[in-house]
Amino acid sequence: MKLSKTLIAGLASVLCLTAGGAALAAGGAEHPRDVDFSFEGPFGTFDQAQLQRGYRVYKEVCASCHSMELLSFRDLGMKGGPFWDPRWPNPNDNLFVKAIAAEFEIADIDSESGDAITRPGTSADRFPNPYANDVAAAASNGGAVPPDLSVMAKARHGGADYIYSLLVGYVRPPAGLTVGAGQYYNKYFGGDLTSAWSGDPHHVPKGGFIAMPAPITTEGQVTYDDGTRATVDQMSRDVAAFIAWASEPKQTERKQTGLAVMIYLALFSVLTFFSYKRLWKNVGH
Amino acid sequence: MSADHESTYVPKSAFERWMDARLPIIRMGADYAALPTPRNLNYWWTFGGILFLMLVIQIITGIILAMHYVPHVDHAFASVERIMRDVNYGWLVRYVHANGASMFFLAVYIHMLRGLYYGSYKAPREMIWILGVIIFLLMMATGFLGYTLPWGQMSFHGAVVITNLLGAIPVIGPGILTWIQGGFAVDQPTLNRFFSLHYLLPFVIFGVVVLHLWALHTAGQGNPVGIMIPKERLKQDTVPFHPYYTVKDGFAILLFLLLFATFVFFNPNAMGHADNYIPANPLVTPAHIVPEWYFLPFYAMLRAIPDKFGGVVVMFGAIFVLFLLPWLDTSKVRSMRYRPAMRWFFIIFVVVALGLGWCGAKLPDEMVFSLGEGSNGQPIGMNYLWLTRILTFYYFAYFLIIMPLLGLRETPLPVPDTIAAPVLDHDDAAKVPAQ
Repeated sequence: MKLSKTLIAGLASVLCLTAGGAALAAGGAEHPRDVDFSFEGPFGTFDQAQLQRGYRVYKEVCASCHSMELLSFRDLGMKGGPFWDPRWPNPNDNLFVKAIAAEFEIADIDSESGDAITRPGTSADRFPNPYANDVAAAASNGGAVPPDLSVMAKARHGGADYIYSLLVGYVRPPAGLTVGAGQYYNKYFGGDLTSAWSGDPHHVPKGGFIAMPAPITTEGQVTYDDGTRATVDQMSRDVAAFIAWASEPKQTERKQTGLAVMIYLALFSVLTFFSYKRLWKNVGH
Repeated sequence: MSADHESTYVPKSAFERWMDARLPIIRMGADYAALPTPRNLNYWWTFGGILFLMLVIQIITGIILAMHYVPHVDHAFASVERIMRDVNYGWLVRYVHANGASMFFLAVYIHMLRGLYYGSYKAPREMIWILGVIIFLLMMATGFLGYTLPWGQMSFHGAVVITNLLGAIPVIGPGILTWIQGGFAVDQPTLNRFFSLHYLLPFVIFGVVVLHLWALHTAGQGNPVGIMIPKERLKQDTVPFHPYYTVKDGFAILLFLLLFATFVFFNPNAMGHADNYIPANPLVTPAHIVPEWYFLPFYAMLRAIPDKFGGVVVMFGAIFVLFLLPWLDTSKVRSMRYRPAMRWFFIIFVVVALGLGWCGAKLPDEMVFSLGEGSNGQPIGMNYLWLTRILTFYYFAYFLIIMPLLGLRETPLPVPDTIAAPVLDHDDAAKVPAQ
């Protein structure tokens, strides 16, 4: 996939005989930086310590505005998850998960009186949404609804690389670019900056305006338990890894099953090929 | 070859004799297994078996997915994700089904190109070909309907674009559009009926596949040499389907499954769009609405025509012209092995079809190449719109001009009298025919 994209991009750039056409095409976003994540490639797996740090960044930074509605607390303790522990094969019993869930107050209905109440979360509860509804979310965020992060790594080209790049991509806007109120320049965010650009029309800067201010700004913004230095870069990597896990918690299982399936099919095809050769040995074809 | 193929089945047990007098289904199976099949079929002929397997895989995985899927605009997206996260092996079933659609189309395109190259549509096999085109149309409908079901951004906006094509039909279009959508916009009724139809059509496909096979077994299989096997040479030139072709097809199927598994397990979203992991939002249109890769050539043709209805006519025309193929091809020779001139036009046709797919993935205004800039700052050169138009012209010219004219004017190479001659030419002449 990556290779074919590079090939197509290469062919396309060869076809663009002069820079004229290419430069006039709307700026687009900067290509995401390539991070060497542990879960990439056919044998890659998640780094559990990184997922735990990533969850912490998510909880302390992202979760104040972004929902993650497809995840339940129990998911954190599933096999391959950030808090998986073989002592609790059923993630609902996982003590870490229970403790994490209990930190949240969940809206519920009192089973006796029917009154609206809140109670401490349990493993079975979903991650609570920080806003009551989309209107409230938009009202608190200058009109833009913070997107749900549950499948974010699959919902953007570049996946975890893109999420990381976006988080570290808040750079000072180039001179000549007018940034409106409540907007922030990010070179990895998609968009067309032509109308806000007063410089050379052939060199419109790449990137776009995003309504989210830089969420991770200072070293030590989150305190890591494992002693890892919480630099902006480290926190961005960790949370990108966590979101990649959350987007497809079964991906390690998928790759491991795949390996067995490939070996089985390869052996079976070799056997079938020799049966075919033997059967057809005396038949001209 | 079953026109000449007499049943050789002899019921062995008392039960078989009893069945044979009442419902000769065992005889049918035995006759299919013993079907005399030309012994020179190459690997391009294995895609029929591959396609049958793909249909079965799609139906089985689809039935399981339908047990967990909720056809409701508020729940469809989340129910698909629940399959991915909470249903046992749900991720496997869904990825097999989603990538299976792509593999199905890959196989059907190869199968169709094989038919095109070897003249498989020519008399007496017109009905096999026509039923095949019907299957292809049904597959396209099923693929489109299925892609809308996860109710992501691309699902929703794809459904809007495609249903609105019907609205372009003069006079009756708007009425049909409302009828298909079940309202004045794509919404809950649309999703509900799309789910129902997506479940129905594969079984219709299965039925037409049975007819396709029936026609095949009546007219007999073609072969790369493209000559009919005379009755008296049946013994020398054919082998029983089983075990000869079950093993050969089996090997091809396994290689195909290896490719399939590479996508399912190691790159399951390569053939999808990131936008379809964003829940549908009627108020936000994706920057670039593109269909799945297997529709791109037709999508390119649709956009190549400045008039909307004209685009629809051209797009559907590109498929309907295939129905006329048996009568558009005037050549007496079936296989392009013996039609050197036509072979070149065929190769160009394949490149054009792939090129149309590439154009379909690009914005029409994007430049293929530019030679500089005009005074207004606009690039001078060729954009994808014009490239698409040129390729579309060739697509139709291939069927409507080149095929009828070349068939009358060309001088084909001498065609061998028997399929054994070329086989023994390139193979060990000492090898004796089967049996």
